[in-house]
Amino acid sequence: MAYKLVQGNEACVEGALAAGMRFFAGYPITPSTEIAEISSQKLPQYGGKFIQMEDEIASMAAIIGASLAGVKSMTATSGPGFSLMQENLGYAAITETPCVLVNVQRGGPSTGLPTLPAQGDIMQAKWGTHGDHPTVALTPNSVQEVYEYTIKAFNIAEKFRTPVILLMDETVGHLREKMLIKDPSEIEIINRKKPTCKPEEYIAFKSDDSIPPMAAFGEGYRYHVTGLIHDETGFPTNNSQIADNLIRRLVGKVENNIDDFSYYEEYKLEDAEIVILAFGGVSRSAKSAVDKLRSKDLKVGLFRPITMWPFLEKQISNIAQKVEEIFVAEMNLGQYYLEVDRVAGKYCRVEKINKVNGELITPDEIISVIGGKYELQRNN
Amino acid sequence: MNKFEIQLSGSGGQGVILAAIILADAAIKQGLNAVQTQSYGPEARGGASKAEVIISKEEIYFPKVTKANILLALTQNSYDKYIANLDKDGILIVDDHIETDGDIPGKVYILPILNNANKKFETRMVANIISIGAIYALLGEKVINKDIMINTIAERVPPVTVEKNIAAFKEGIKLIEGIYD
Amino acid sequence: MNCNETTKNYYRVDKLPHIWCPGCGHGTLMNAVVRAVEKLQLNKDDLVIVSGIGCSSRAPGYLDFNTLHTTHGRALAFATGIKLANPKLHVIVITGDGDSSAIGGNHLIHAARRNIDITTIVFNNNIYGMTGGQYSPTTPYGDFATTSAYGNIDKPFDLCSLAQGAGSTYVGRATAYHVTLMQRLIEKAIQNKGFSFVEGLSICPTYYGRKNKKGDAFEMHSFYKNNCVDIRVVEKTPEKGENKILIGEFHNDPKPEYTESYQVIIDKFQGMGGN
Repeated sequence: MAYKLVQGNEACVEGALAAGMRFFAGYPITPSTEIAEISSQKLPQYGGKFIQMEDEIASMAAIIGASLAGVKSMTATSGPGFSLMQENLGYAAITETPCVLVNVQRGGPSTGLPTLPAQGDIMQAKWGTHGDHPTVALTPNSVQEVYEYTIKAFNIAEKFRTPVILLMDETVGHLREKMLIKDPSEIEIINRKKPTCKPEEYIAFKSDDSIPPMAAFGEGYRYHVTGLIHDETGFPTNNSQIADNLIRRLVGKVENNIDDFSYYEEYKLEDAEIVILAFGGVSRSAKSAVDKLRSKDLKVGLFRPITMWPFLEKQISNIAQKVEEIFVAEMNLGQYYLEVDRVAGKYCRVEKINKVNGELITPDEIISVIGGKYELQRNN
Repeated sequence: MNKFEIQLSGSGGQGVILAAIILADAAIKQGLNAVQTQSYGPEARGGASKAEVIISKEEIYFPKVTKANILLALTQNSYDKYIANLDKDGILIVDDHIETDGDIPGKVYILPILNNANKKFETRMVANIISIGAIYALLGEKVINKDIMINTIAERVPPVTVEKNIAAFKEGIKLIEGIYD
Repeated sequence: MNCNETTKNYYRVDKLPHIWCPGCGHGTLMNAVVRAVEKLQLNKDDLVIVSGIGCSSRAPGYLDFNTLHTTHGRALAFATGIKLANPKLHVIVITGDGDSSAIGGNHLIHAARRNIDITTIVFNNNIYGMTGGQYSPTTPYGDFATTSAYGNIDKPFDLCSLAQGAGSTYVGRATAYHVTLMQRLIEKAIQNKGFSFVEGLSICPTYYGRKNKKGDAFEMHSFYKNNCVDIRVVEKTPEKGENKILIGEFHNDPKPEYTESYQVIIDKFQGMGGN
C-alpha cells in the first residue's frame, strides 16, 4: 500500500472510520473544524451520521446518546469547546458510555490564540470535569499516529466503557505528511462487551471484571441510565458504601489496567544522562534536539508519553532513577511538569522548558537550554 | 542536498497553500519524506499568506521551516514579511512587480509570474502552478520525477483546469530555464 | 403493591412510590404519557424516555422503557443523538420549565428547528421545585419565589409559542387537571413524524402555590378547571378566551423530518467515495 499526503485532522477521521465510528456530532471551532467537515462528507458514505449541533455541550450529549443507541461516536473541538464539553464528559464517565472526544489544542485561556498551537489543556483533560473520574488521554505526534491512536482511542473507550480524549495540538492537527492507511484486516478493533443473559436477568451496571456488559437501547434490555450515583441496577442511591464503590470502580477500571494502554516512545535513552520529556508537536522538536545535542557529546535521550493520562508513573519513575535530569518541554507554563516532578523529583532534577506564545518550541530553544547548561558545566 | 526547506508566500487566494500541498504530495509519491504546514487565520482572507514544505530523504521531526532554502514571494507584502526567513545560501523567487532590497544573500530570480499568468493563461489563478514550475526547475529532476509532478498537479487541481495548469507548470520551468539560456 | 394492569405493564413498580410531593401534578402528567403509549400500543423495547434535571426529570426512573436521566437542560441534545443514531426508536423527552427553556432553551429551539422526530413533554410547574422554589422562565410577572423575594420582574415565556416559532410541527397544551386532553395531545404528538411539543401545566403546591397563596392542590386544580379554555372554543368565540389560559391543539403542520432527510443523503451517497 502506498503512502498518501494527509493532514492530521483528516487522519483522525480516517482512523475513526476504520475503528467503526458511525456517528459524529460537533460544533465548528478552529483548529479542529476539518474533522467535522470531513466527517460530514464521509460518514454518509459509510452509512453513518453527522450532525452539527447548536453548541459543544449538545455535541457531547449527542455522541453519548448515539453511543447508548449502540453506535460508535466521536466529537472534536478545541479549548473553548473542550471547556463546554466537560459537563457531559463527566456524564459519559459516570454512565460508562464509550465515546471519543478529540481536542485539537490551541492557545488559551478563553478564545486565546485560535489558529496557533498550545498544550495548555493537559490538566483540564485530567481534571476538567468535576468529581473523581477516570481519564484516558492519548497524544499523537505525527499524522500516522493520529490515525493509529484514533483507532486505539475507540478501542480503549469500547473495552473499558469510558470516554477517551485524543489530545492533539494545532501543530499535529494541521500538519500534512505521509500516512499509510492500513488494510482493515491489519487493524485490531475492539467492540464493547454485550450482555448474553436474558433481559430480565440483566443488571446493567453489575460486572465480574469491573466493566459491565453494555446493551444498546432498542435491544430489549430496558434499563435506566443516570448521572446520579447509582447502584448496580442503575438507579440512584445516596448509600455511602455504594457511592464509594462506584467511584472507586470507575477510576480503578482505568488506572488498574494502565499496562493495557501504556503507549510511549523512547529515543536514545539507553545511555542517556539527560532526558527530554515531550509530547505532541513539541516532541518532534525534542527529537531533533536530541540528535543535535548528541553531536555535541551530550548523552541526551527522549521520553515521549503517548498515553498522557493515566500518568505513566512506572516508566517515568524508572527513567528518573537512571538519569541526572529530566527537562519537561511543553507549550504551557509547566502543567505536565507538575506530574513528572511529583514522580521523578525524588530521584533526579526536573526542569521546565515552556512556551506560551503560540509558536512551537523549536529544537534550537531546547538545545540552548540543555546545551547551555551542560556545556557550561563541562567547560567548568 | 538531502533536505529542502521551502517557503511559499503571497496573498490569501493566490493558492500558495495548494502549491505547497502539491510539492509535498509529489515528494511523497517520489518516496521522499515531506511535511507541509501553513499559516492560518486572517491571512487566508487577503493578508500575507504563507505555506511551507520540507522535503527530505531523512525522517522530518521539527515540521517548520527554520531557514528557507527556497523562498517564493508573490506580493510585496509577503516579500517584506518573510524575506528574513531566507537562508544565507538560499534562493529567492519573486514576482517581477516586487521591489527587492539590494543586498539579498544567495540567488535571486525575478520572474514575471503574475504577468504571464494573466497574459498567457488569462487567469491569475495559475500563478501558483507557474511558481511550482519555477521551484521544480530549481529542485531538478533528480529530486522529483517530472511525470510525478505533472500527475500530482492533475490530481489536485479542478478537473476542467488540468490542461491549463500543466501548461502553467511548464511555463514556470521555462521561466527558470530561460534565464539559464 | 396493589396496581392495575397499566401500572404493572408500564411502570417499574418496585421504584414506586415516586419522590414528588403530595399534591404535585407531575404524577398525573406522567400517567398521561403512559396511557398514550398504551393506547398507541408502542413496543416498550423501542421506546426511549430521556429527561434532564429537576422534578419532572425523575419521571423516567419509574417507567419501564429504555430510560435516560441526563444533565440539566441537555435531554434534547442526548435525545437527538439517540434518534439520529437509531431512527427506529421512539424518543420521548420529559422535561420541566427550567430544564427546557432556561438552561436547555438553546437545545429546545434547535431540536424544534431541525424537526427531528422527538416528542417533548414539558411538565411546567412555574418554578424550580427540586432546588427549593426559585423563579423559572415561566414564573408569571410579579409572582414570588425564593429568588424573587420582592416579586418577579422577569417576563415569562409562552412555551408553546416559543416551540412553534422555533419550528415545532406539532404543538399543544393541557394541564394536570385536563388529563384526557393531555393524553390525546401526547398520542397525536407521538404520531407526528417530526418535532412535537406538548406543554402540561402542572401544579406545585409546595413551592409555587405556597409562595403565591394559590391554595392547596385542590384549589390549584380548580384554578385550571375554571380558567382554561380550548383553542377551538376561542377560535369560534374569541371573547371566551379573554384572560384565560388557552389549551388544546395549537399547531399541527407536518414537514420533512430530520432523520428521514438524512436517510435520503445516505441512500444517495453510501458506498461512494473512499469506502
